[in-house]
Amino acid sequence: MLAFTFRRLLALIPVFLAVSLIIFLILHLIPGDPVDNLIKIGASAGQRAEIEARYGLDRPLPVQYLVWLGNVLQGDLGTAIVGRRAVSAIVAQALPYSLMLGGCALLFSSILGIALGIVAALKRDRWPDQAIMGGVLIGSTMPGFWLGLMLILVFAVWLGWFPVSGARGWTSLVLPVLTVGLGGTALVARVTRIAMIEAGQRDFVLLLHAKGLPVWRIQLFHVLRHALIPVVTILALRIGWILGGSVTVEVVFARPGLGSTLIKALAQHDYPVVQACLLMLAVAVMLGTLLGDILQAVMDPRVRTALQ
Amino acid sequence: MLLEVENLSVTIGQISPLEGVGFSLDRGEILGLVGESGSGKSLTALAVTGLLPLIDGRVTAGHVRFAGRDLAALPPCALRALRGKRIGLVTQNPMTAMDPVQRIGAQVDVMSRLHLGLSAAAARARTLELLTRLRIPEAAAVCDAYPHQLSGGMKQRIVIAMALAAEPELIVADEPTTALDVTVQAQIIQLLGEEVKRRGLGLLLITHDMGVVAQVCDRVAVLYAGRIAELGPVGGIFARPAHPYTRALIDCIPREGTAPGSLTGIPGAVPSVTTYPLGCRFHPRCPRARPICSATVPPLLNGHACHNPLEGADG
Amino acid sequence: MNMAAALAPAATALRSPKGAIAGGWLLLVILGAILAPWLTPYGYDVQNLPGAFQPPNAQHWLGTDEFGRDLLTRLLYGARTSLSVSAVAIGISVTAGLILGAVAGYFGGRLDRAVTVVVDLTWSFPEILVALILVAIVGPGVTGTLAAIGVAYLAQFTRLARAQIMAIRAETYVEAARSLGASDAFILFRHLIPNTLSPVLVAAMLATGDAIILEATLGFFGLGAQPPIPSWGAMMSSGTAQLFRAPGIILFPGLCVAATVVAINLYGDALVRALDIRSRARTH
Repeated sequence: MLAFTFRRLLALIPVFLAVSLIIFLILHLIPGDPVDNLIKIGASAGQRAEIEARYGLDRPLPVQYLVWLGNVLQGDLGTAIVGRRAVSAIVAQALPYSLMLGGCALLFSSILGIALGIVAALKRDRWPDQAIMGGVLIGSTMPGFWLGLMLILVFAVWLGWFPVSGARGWTSLVLPVLTVGLGGTALVARVTRIAMIEAGQRDFVLLLHAKGLPVWRIQLFHVLRHALIPVVTILALRIGWILGGSVTVEVVFARPGLGSTLIKALAQHDYPVVQACLLMLAVAVMLGTLLGDILQAVMDPRVRTALQ
Repeated sequence: MLLEVENLSVTIGQISPLEGVGFSLDRGEILGLVGESGSGKSLTALAVTGLLPLIDGRVTAGHVRFAGRDLAALPPCALRALRGKRIGLVTQNPMTAMDPVQRIGAQVDVMSRLHLGLSAAAARARTLELLTRLRIPEAAAVCDAYPHQLSGGMKQRIVIAMALAAEPELIVADEPTTALDVTVQAQIIQLLGEEVKRRGLGLLLITHDMGVVAQVCDRVAVLYAGRIAELGPVGGIFARPAHPYTRALIDCIPREGTAPGSLTGIPGAVPSVTTYPLGCRFHPRCPRARPICSATVPPLLNGHACHNPLEGADG
Repeated sequence: MNMAAALAPAATALRSPKGAIAGGWLLLVILGAILAPWLTPYGYDVQNLPGAFQPPNAQHWLGTDEFGRDLLTRLLYGARTSLSVSAVAIGISVTAGLILGAVAGYFGGRLDRAVTVVVDLTWSFPEILVALILVAIVGPGVTGTLAAIGVAYLAQFTRLARAQIMAIRAETYVEAARSLGASDAFILFRHLIPNTLSPVLVAAMLATGDAIILEATLGFFGLGAQPPIPSWGAMMSSGTAQLFRAPGIILFPGLCVAATVVAINLYGDALVRALDIRSRARTH
């Protein structure tokens, strides 16, 4: 298992290099001199020279990339143009908020989504299934930020149950988690339902019935157990999507976090911060795929055998 | 009688793949149910084990009586209590028959824990004993393995072990060897026959292979397109088949001395359930068909349903 | 395939009640977008500060926003931007993905592997992330949004087209065409690609729904079409500040987005059934 994890980790290196290259190139693909994009307007010639030396901007592009990558791997993400703080400090400050939101949303959408998916699969083509699937369709078609705004309107403004924005205390987490989680719930419910139905049609289920096992036991310990393999894999893959969703939601709820930092930096053309945030989100997506692979191997002995 | 099937008709949606099928089976007896694919054999297995609802099937006429009780009259929970405990099923394809993510041991243990109320340790001891009886080498290691780590023949032995674990009175084996290598087939049939005889169980052995029937069965029922074509003791039917279809099936058995190419296949194919011909359903393929064969359904009399039975047969 | 045959499934899809409601709403939105200048007496960017924050009334059916602009007017013009940007972006994406996937699937080899690697790479990243990277490079505005959505969905269509081509590549009529001396380009564009069109077009339709959400999201961040051009996303963005005072500014565009996307999904499902894509896929 450890060897497998290590091998998957190695396989991610080229992906990381490719993604980091694209993110690095953002600075060079945008119109204008990279130096101008790294520095405030009206900076002195001395400051310009300092920036040039620091990023090696006078050297060829591949060397620049290596210098940048080396810095990134050492935790040096550059200096923010706006505010002139170390980008690593900005990211370190934002990251816990995003992780908290993402983690809670993931938990929420897994539990609710799997439960709804099971009910829909067991009551297939009857009214609970149709109600759940209808709700899921509507849930997955609402833009996340809009859902967030509507939740604010109803629960924060009209009912006054939760704070409108910010990140103070757990109550401020409820509405953002709901907003991010509902979209994920739709996906998880849909996948769980299909996986349950497919697993229920597998040959071995017939023999389980023939063995005289109670129906609930077959559904929970065998059919659901099987259905969870694709569900867990997709959930792990969707960690990126959940983070993507939290980008919009952080902005709506004015919560600190990677997403709101990214959007603010995009608006302010603060490219070192943009690069750092995108890199962090990309790394999270990659770790998600890794986690998905590992969980799949944990849950499915056939995958483990194929690995050996 | 352990098992009596009387005039059984089964419907799935709009189609009726089984019509008026009847046979019976006593303890210590092996009945072969023979037919080509599509003749309704597997459906009979599901009807006998009360599993028709799983494929949305329904008994529309007739009875399946197990130990004197009509299965159709039993509530689902009573039916479930019967399955595994008193009726064991061995399914067609051992490759897909077991839960692929559960260890072998647990899959067998559950039978004696659920139906005999044994503790985990006692159930495992029983499982090991059973696997050893079924000539599975290194039973303890096999218990810790997953299904995909075993060969097909090994898996089918495990499925047989599961069917036997709760000491049932009847075993229904639906083509237990079709998916296996030819070399393993004979061994598995032999093993199954021995265990059933030793324990004095009834075995309904469903197969398309008359060779298998000749090997272990006491009696045989030949199924064609959802109806019984011929029914009787193995010795008599092999010596003097009355139905031309039975005759053709017997001729299909490869024998020593015949070159593989000289096998007499049966021309044509089993009609699909939506295109059953009128009259005797075999008549389009039958070399002995007469005008009456396409007009009226031959009744099952004297062990065969044929208007123009082969000579030498009774009736 | 002539025009009537091509349109037949689209009409069949309208026969189910869900399909009819969905198709009706889509038609309404599209007509509203096209006919906006004739449907409303107001201009989308004509401010009337004394008349700001009006509730729905006879003159302004949905009320007015913080600058006194008519909300219904802005919704209609917003539909123009949102629908056309999404549709054009998906159009670009489908065309590029179809060609890329078809060529990769048909020729195989190193080209196929290269395409697969890049597609898998993009595929594993959330669309919003890909879109944000593109906007960071191209810059905010309609062009940036087109590029962002186009690239974000490219992987999906390339994958689909490639799988479709691989499935039918070995069929007899392809072999027949090849033995008759047809060129690769001829086989690809005259035989293979037309045969993959219906599943790809249905996927494109469903993706247009997602693209509308993505467009609205970018607009909401202020990265989409720039003011004064109205778009559903931008309307909601400017409405955030007025959430407590005039929730309608956000409510109506959001409902439009949700209703349109639901309608696209329902109509898409009906279309799938009308085209019988699943059962056709089984026979292949």
